[in-house]
Amino acid sequence: MEYLYSAIIILVTILLAVPLGRYVSKVFKGEKTFLDFFEPIEKLIFKISGINPHAEMDWKQNLRSLLTINLVWFIWIMFVLLTQTWHPFWNPDNILSMEPTQAFNTAVSFVTNTNLQHYSGETGASYFSQLLALVFLQFVSAGTGIAALALLFKGLANRSTRNLGNFYFHLVRACTRILLPLSIVLAVVLLLNQTPMTFKGSETIVTLQGDTVSVARGPVAAMVAIKQLGTNGGGFFGPNSTHPFENPNGITNAAETSAIMLIPIAMVFALGYYLNRKKLAYVIMAVMTAGYLMLLIPTILQETGGNPMITQMGITQPQGSMEGKEARFGPVLSALWSISTTVTSNGSVNSMHDSFTALSGAFQMMGMQLNAFYGGVGVGFINMFIFMIIAVFISGLMVGRTPEFLGKKIEVREVKIAILVALLHPLLILGGTALASHTWMITENPGEVLKWLNNPGFHGFSEMLYEFTSSAANNGSGFEGLGDNTAFWNISTGIVMLLGRYIPIIGPIMIAGLLSQKKYIPESAGTLKLDSGMFGVMLFAVILIVGALLFIPALVLGPVSEYLTI
Amino acid sequence: MSKHPRVSKLFQKELVAEAFKQSFVKLNPAAMIKNPVMFVVELGTVIMLVMSFYLLAKPDAVQGSFGYNLAITMVLFITVLFANFAEALAEARGKAQAETLRKTRQETPANVIMPNGDIKVVMSSDLKKGDVFVTSAGEIIATDGEIIEGIATIDESAITGESAPVIREAGGDRSGVTGGTKVLTDQIKVQVTTEKGESFLDKMITLVEGAKRQKTPNEIALTILLSGFTIMFLIVTVTLEPFGRYANTPIAIASLISLFVCLIPTTIGGLLSAIGIAGMDRALRANIIAKSGRAVETAGDIDVLLLDKTGTITIGNRKATNFYNVNGMPDGEFIKYCALSSISDETPEGKSIIELAKKSNIEVNLNDFKNDTFIKFTAQTRMSGLDTAGGLSVRKGSIDTIRNLVQSNGGTIPVNMQKIVDDIANNGGTPLAVSVNGKAAGVIQLEDIIKTGIQERFERLRKMGVKTVMVTGDNPLTAKFIAGKAGVDDFIAEAKPEDKMNYIKAEQKAGKLVAMMGDGTNDAPALAQADVGVAMNSGTQAAKEAGNMVDLDNDPTKLIEVVEIGKQLLITRGALTTFSIANDVAKYFAIVPALFIASIPELQALNIMGLVSPQSAILSAVIFNAIIIPILIPLALKGVAYRPLGAESLLARNLLIYGLGGVIVPFAGIKLIDVLLTIFNLV
Repeated sequence: MEYLYSAIIILVTILLAVPLGRYVSKVFKGEKTFLDFFEPIEKLIFKISGINPHAEMDWKQNLRSLLTINLVWFIWIMFVLLTQTWHPFWNPDNILSMEPTQAFNTAVSFVTNTNLQHYSGETGASYFSQLLALVFLQFVSAGTGIAALALLFKGLANRSTRNLGNFYFHLVRACTRILLPLSIVLAVVLLLNQTPMTFKGSETIVTLQGDTVSVARGPVAAMVAIKQLGTNGGGFFGPNSTHPFENPNGITNAAETSAIMLIPIAMVFALGYYLNRKKLAYVIMAVMTAGYLMLLIPTILQETGGNPMITQMGITQPQGSMEGKEARFGPVLSALWSISTTVTSNGSVNSMHDSFTALSGAFQMMGMQLNAFYGGVGVGFINMFIFMIIAVFISGLMVGRTPEFLGKKIEVREVKIAILVALLHPLLILGGTALASHTWMITENPGEVLKWLNNPGFHGFSEMLYEFTSSAANNGSGFEGLGDNTAFWNISTGIVMLLGRYIPIIGPIMIAGLLSQKKYIPESAGTLKLDSGMFGVMLFAVILIVGALLFIPALVLGPVSEYLTI
Repeated sequence: MSKHPRVSKLFQKELVAEAFKQSFVKLNPAAMIKNPVMFVVELGTVIMLVMSFYLLAKPDAVQGSFGYNLAITMVLFITVLFANFAEALAEARGKAQAETLRKTRQETPANVIMPNGDIKVVMSSDLKKGDVFVTSAGEIIATDGEIIEGIATIDESAITGESAPVIREAGGDRSGVTGGTKVLTDQIKVQVTTEKGESFLDKMITLVEGAKRQKTPNEIALTILLSGFTIMFLIVTVTLEPFGRYANTPIAIASLISLFVCLIPTTIGGLLSAIGIAGMDRALRANIIAKSGRAVETAGDIDVLLLDKTGTITIGNRKATNFYNVNGMPDGEFIKYCALSSISDETPEGKSIIELAKKSNIEVNLNDFKNDTFIKFTAQTRMSGLDTAGGLSVRKGSIDTIRNLVQSNGGTIPVNMQKIVDDIANNGGTPLAVSVNGKAAGVIQLEDIIKTGIQERFERLRKMGVKTVMVTGDNPLTAKFIAGKAGVDDFIAEAKPEDKMNYIKAEQKAGKLVAMMGDGTNDAPALAQADVGVAMNSGTQAAKEAGNMVDLDNDPTKLIEVVEIGKQLLITRGALTTFSIANDVAKYFAIVPALFIASIPELQALNIMGLVSPQSAILSAVIFNAIIIPILIPLALKGVAYRPLGAESLLARNLLIYGLGGVIVPFAGIKLIDVLLTIFNLV
């Protein structure tokens, strides 16, 4: 039953993504859509900010705009978090200002669409911060990713011109035309299923046992909707969508699971409509889905198989491994969510990843390490684009032509940028984990001094690896056993998130800008067609060998050894 | 190119010896750094060497024995040597090939005409650009040049292997002569066109010399990609050190360096420059002198081929194939008139008419016409013929000129004759008319003979995605017929040199890459405009300067070969890159368990090859990594067999062989080496 349920969620999401992709393509092209009544609002925004949304910009000007506005947001969110004590309203629980390194980490984490959350929402952030800083950033950081993708599409479609369109135009439209309408729909679904939406402070109730319990609440539905749709992942409450107020029942769980993947998948179809190459979209979709299932199926099998330690004790587990999972979701739907949220760089959870069986942890990490199976909103395809450039380069040679990507020659500069971007991910993840391992090893009595790891050994290693993987992939989920609210983790993961966000946007946009100016070469029988099944196979192989193999030694030391030694 | 049986064996004794020596010379780090992948292997070797001797002084259980460390050092060193050897061998072969060509230009005396008119004997090596020398029958032409006076038959077999002599003359499009060829008849004045050391051959030699060779753009891009992979694996290995410490499994330096060297793409890194040199060498072997490596690479990308009809699609020139007698005179008499009217027509067509007449046993005895006037064929009159003292007037020429002649005599072309003319034209032939005493007498049919097998070659090209365009001076009707029969995709009829130019520009504007071959000065602008311009060596100096390749054989079909050489070059690079990267899967399975198995015995589950011990696993992997380079040298030098398939089937095929093969082969190879090491008790 749960398997069928999972299959339906995936299928329905893909089916919804097709028309959404077509719509997104229209939005990117600035064509008429049924949501044109938003136009006055958009015009007002442009007027206030003094932006001409129709000014054509080349890749440099667009990137400058993207980075500038992101810096402004970063400063805003830092300011809000550091001044929570003085918030004039929307702080009924009198939450205090954040400690600076934690504020830095949180600000970076929301600007970069990561939502790592080294704080707990109900005790660390005021309603004012949640709404005007965090939820606002959940919209615009997702919008940034989508707008960046619009620039990339333009670059691929262009023939011998420099202009990639206008970043601000796409940013505003991504929010008003894509994220906002979808979030409203999802929030309504959540509200109908009793997710709270209130500005009142915590409620104090007396339980049947007579204990006094303070129950946190707040404007939850709004935040949950955008955290799912915008591959943000940052929940209102610390426990995220395991919390019954964020994710009350099976219907909300299905809607939220689907919302994780909806926009990332739609972006692939949008590519097909935008470039009028539907077959190419299907090939990329097939590669992504194959990768997704390659991670999902073994995870489900691992979780339904139960915890081997309990099995060794001679106890049967007909329900599968239930540690860290909600009884209302069970192992299959938890596994489905956990892989969906890791491949898409969302990072919201409906179960505790730290408690999954050892190998499932490896699959979750692999999803983030590759970060291109659907991927984050906008940036998912941008990551895939880098793998595509490398695959095109090698397979182009194998058909005896100097490589071409959709009719544009891939030459020295494109290869240089692509390989530098591809390098970054292993550097951040492995380098970060190496730094953490080294620090742990050179510290005397680290358990007492550093207090990061409750259980050193393989699992502790997995926790550190997971944290850096999640940061580099701008995912934001965590193996929560890690004591990560320390200056070391706040600063190191903050830097990793920044690099992991902006370099993979800058590089591909540069490539798009370069390709945009190149002469278009019409296809011939000798041209490698990207929309062929064979290229799909090649692309998948490149992702596995160039992407996955790099992380094998680290995964062997963490989850694989844990699995083998249990 | 079977007619050039030059350096054919891959491993010739002298070449191997020279290459062996060079592989040590190339160890110089200043030279190695040009190949970043192998440079880091060299660096790793040095570190391992230091490490080995450090261990000799201060044994350390974690780092393994001195012997083991030294063994790893040796294998790494051999890996570098193998890569150098591959490059050196390719270079030696290229040079040897160039030498055989150069030998044809041994010191040869030349009779240089001094400014004052005197003749002075100068050795060929002392000739300067602009010098003029005279070469007479039986002498060897001292150096490359252009005939400025005279006409001669020349034996070019030393260069082209083709024994039939060729005619070269001043002024025309066939005025170029090559040093080392022999004048058979007549005498010519030749002007030297290149300084010593700057001839095309000299330029080509720099393309096959590793040290001086300029990397091509695609090769640079691939080198960057490979360097990127190298850095990735550097990150993987360096971070493994703290990971190992955390897991209470200190990893030996030897293991880390071995893992690193195995993972980086040393196979393609070691063979890359050999592949490039071998590509140039293959061009040279086909008697093509490329002026840059880029030109050969571009040839693989060609979308449009402009081919001259004559010599490429059809054999030589049109030939007379039929006589049509329409005037009721006896056939023998008509054919005799046909032959008579062609005696003064020196064009190949004219000669073929006389030959065809001979086949009908009709021969003309010139002595019978001693007192008569032959009318020479000229481009202006487009007629040839004979006026006898006895008042007979025979003319042969194009239909239009004969019609004018007949009409000026008050006659007309009979209807049945017009029908024959139209039939011939509609079937791709060229009709010539014959008149006797101003009256239409009949028609001679000229036909193009299409080369056998040319349709299949065009089909091959079509599968490769190359469009073929026939260029001809024929009228559109004839051109269309021949184009259809030969299977070319398009044609340019009644082509003037500027038509070629315009066609090339139009195709390039649409983003296509165009290749053409030419010989005349008229062709020079188009040769320069084309992405790949192949000039015939017999062509004018202007044409040779304008093109980016020179074909020593003057063979118009050579363009097709050039395209294949270019594609083969790229495919070989792609295939070996894929193979090299795919190898990593097995190497991971060999080395990763070996690294940690001491402290995590459960990792034995990952040792799916069942390698005997961690040390033997690591040693087997690095040995495999080293010996795969020489094993693949023949492939790198000969190039991956090229098949004219569509891009998708080609990718499928190469992905299967080099991708899947690249995954499987090392599993077997590493296991085999492990077994051998165990048998011989080496670990």
